[in-house]
Amino acid sequence: MKKLFQEFTKGIHRENPIFALALGLCPTLAISTSVKTGLGMGLAATFVLIGSNVIISAIRNGIPHKIRIPCFIVIIATFVTIVELVMQAYFPPLSKQLGIFVPLIVVNCIIMCRAEGFAAKNPPTRSLFDALGMGAGFTLGLVLISAIREAIGSGRLFGYILFKGYQPALTLALAPGALLVLGLLLGLSNLIFKRK
Amino acid sequence: MDLGLLLSIVIGNIFISNFILFKFLGLCPFIGVSRKTGPALSMGAAVIFVMTLSSIITWCIYNFLLLPFNMEFLRTISFILVIASFVQLAEMIILKTNPTLYRVLGVYLPLITTNCAILGVTVLNIDMFFKEGKALSFSFFYAVLQGFCAGLGFLLAMLLMSGIRERLDILDVPDSLKGIPLAFIVASLMSLAFMGFSGFKF
Repeated sequence: MKKLFQEFTKGIHRENPIFALALGLCPTLAISTSVKTGLGMGLAATFVLIGSNVIISAIRNGIPHKIRIPCFIVIIATFVTIVELVMQAYFPPLSKQLGIFVPLIVVNCIIMCRAEGFAAKNPPTRSLFDALGMGAGFTLGLVLISAIREAIGSGRLFGYILFKGYQPALTLALAPGALLVLGLLLGLSNLIFKRK
Repeated sequence: MDLGLLLSIVIGNIFISNFILFKFLGLCPFIGVSRKTGPALSMGAAVIFVMTLSSIITWCIYNFLLLPFNMEFLRTISFILVIASFVQLAEMIILKTNPTLYRVLGVYLPLITTNCAILGVTVLNIDMFFKEGKALSFSFFYAVLQGFCAGLGFLLAMLLMSGIRERLDILDVPDSLKGIPLAFIVASLMSLAFMGFSGFKF
């Protein structure tokens, strides 16, 4: 049990996909304009991650080594299609805001990295906890970045106005702000955790 | 054919809504392969090649296979598989016909499969140039042009970034900012500069 818990926490802290591994940065930057979209994207990616990790680790001994990557891609793409259709059916505004980044979860490096690096070598229970941890780490990172951008860039949090009479620094809500916030946060996490 | 749309595809994809700096697609190779100008150039060339051809292929698949049989929900799966196998095929053809080019592109060719800019441009083509399950007139031409220009924009950003990073290597920066964090801050300034192009109106 303790081991399973470690699989879970490593994704949040020691091997955080965004800050420690620098994976999955394209969706991180593009949809972190507000906390809502950040949270939506994080949860969608977590769902795909859990599904693909469990299925891949369950059938890992049946997949021929040479064609494993195409097999992984098909499994991941299946779950992405599920997310895409569910989101269009039940959360149309969110689906519109995330746009092409929902189908693009297929090429999110985090999911491929966990499939190849963890699920293909470990039993389903451990893979499940690994996926949960990685998903939680990704979602937390996304929420952190989008909270900073939403607070400074538009003076709101979850759509609620934070300060009255605050003149928003629009740049942070636009493309350059995303790159700047991520760069500074990566530097900060290097400084705090002494990563190199 | 609409000249305004044509121009906005060309200028838009290269400068205004640059794939890397504005749409945030293809950041992994942008950060990973932009340390030196040479590899950055090869990567950009490979991306232009694969983007243009996969725009052609995926347009045909969507228009002639998925649409007539009402299988639009298979878009993501079919596109990524086609791109992956197409990259393999391109690798084999280049190896047979032009070994010099193959050596220049090297490991970057297989890496392109997981480049979100490729899947991104094909999905964008479908979103932009199909209305209510029907292809717009000249949509095939627009899609191919968008693929090519997005690749050009990618090459431009890669080249600029690698030039800057070659200079940054010899500078004294704080340890915790070295490498990826500084690359993002530089990219942020570049993106700010590219926003100036949005003054172009058609």
